[in-house]
Amino acid sequence: MRIDNRYLLHLADNNLILGQRLGEWCGHGPVLEQDIALTNIALDLIGQSRLLYQYAAEVQGGTHEDILAFLRVEHEYRNVLLVEHPNRNFADTVVRQYFYDVFNYLNYDALRQCTDEQLRAIAEKALKEVTYHRRWSSEWLIRLGDGTPESHVKVQAAVNHLWEYTGELFSPADFEIECHQTYHTPDVSTLQSAWRKHVKQTLDNATLQIPSDDVWMQSGGKSGRHSEHMGFLLTELQYMQRTYPAMQW
Amino acid sequence: MVAVSKDEIYKVLQEVTDPEIPVISVVELGIIRDVRIEENEHVVVYITPTYSGCPAMDVIPVLIRQAVIDAGYPDVTVHSTLSPAWTTDWITAEGRKKLKEFGIAPPDLQKSHSPAHVECPQCGSDETELISFFGSTPCKAAYRCKACLEPFDYFKCH
Repeated sequence: MRIDNRYLLHLADNNLILGQRLGEWCGHGPVLEQDIALTNIALDLIGQSRLLYQYAAEVQGGTHEDILAFLRVEHEYRNVLLVEHPNRNFADTVVRQYFYDVFNYLNYDALRQCTDEQLRAIAEKALKEVTYHRRWSSEWLIRLGDGTPESHVKVQAAVNHLWEYTGELFSPADFEIECHQTYHTPDVSTLQSAWRKHVKQTLDNATLQIPSDDVWMQSGGKSGRHSEHMGFLLTELQYMQRTYPAMQW
Repeated sequence: MVAVSKDEIYKVLQEVTDPEIPVISVVELGIIRDVRIEENEHVVVYITPTYSGCPAMDVIPVLIRQAVIDAGYPDVTVHSTLSPAWTTDWITAEGRKKLKEFGIAPPDLQKSHSPAHVECPQCGSDETELISFFGSTPCKAAYRCKACLEPFDYFKCH
């Protein structure tokens, strides 16, 4: 039996959708270096998603990475809600990135222990890239939090606002539980304490408050129930493939 | 017709350069993992990607294929392998030298993600500072030299 395709698509979709969001910053970054940083991270994430879509296409058979990435409908995407959240201001983008980077690092790190050879290879490669992402977003979180009164207020507001989207990262879907049992892929619920520790430490360094754990957590992305933002994102993401089917660069 | 040899293919690959850094060959960059000559002179080149999203990784297999065909070996396949993951340690000594001559500081050999000293490839001073971890391509960070005041690229550790 081959690995459950829904799991591969979930991993791929997380990276593709966040990569697309970061790509929206292209040409709009606050300064040139950060414009380049945001799009470099986008490129890494989309590259990682390609490796996963290629593998998913091979497992599924009779399809292609572009079909999986660009021609599914909204409820077939299995990314978490956090990554589809709009960019809003730079503080929101940094906080979303930081929350995801810390998770992505822990998840790839644990994925290196799974019994699927191709996934292990992808995780090993991706982990090197995510190490740079996490450093970038950690440093910006500290710089904004411990920066001016205005940046402090904005970044704390972003932390508070995005907090309710973090619970879904650690709440496994049925396909994650199945893959964990069969292939020793990460049990995401066990990553939460390490994630929280890293987040607490960085927020402390940034002079920011960590929100209470006792809040309502949003969920639904993993089973295809997305926020109102997703349709707009997909419209842009899928435009070329829908207008010129099977086009190639 | 001369039988194709592995060495012969390596000589051909030595002439294939990175599209973004045209002074360094794919061999010196350390992305050639193996060359195999199979039945009926079928040449198989195994490469490994540098960064997952590096656009050069779509171009390099095409360049390799064309170079091998142009050298007179029409039956060639380029395979990409992910494991073991590419590391900047695989850049050869010659490759490091060429990077520096081209104006790109070669990666730190200690594999530090924040090396204490990055030598300016222009003037040789180690009074340099990081501008951004992310530079003009996925593999580079942006630095500035405090001695000659020139900005430069640093090939970051991976």
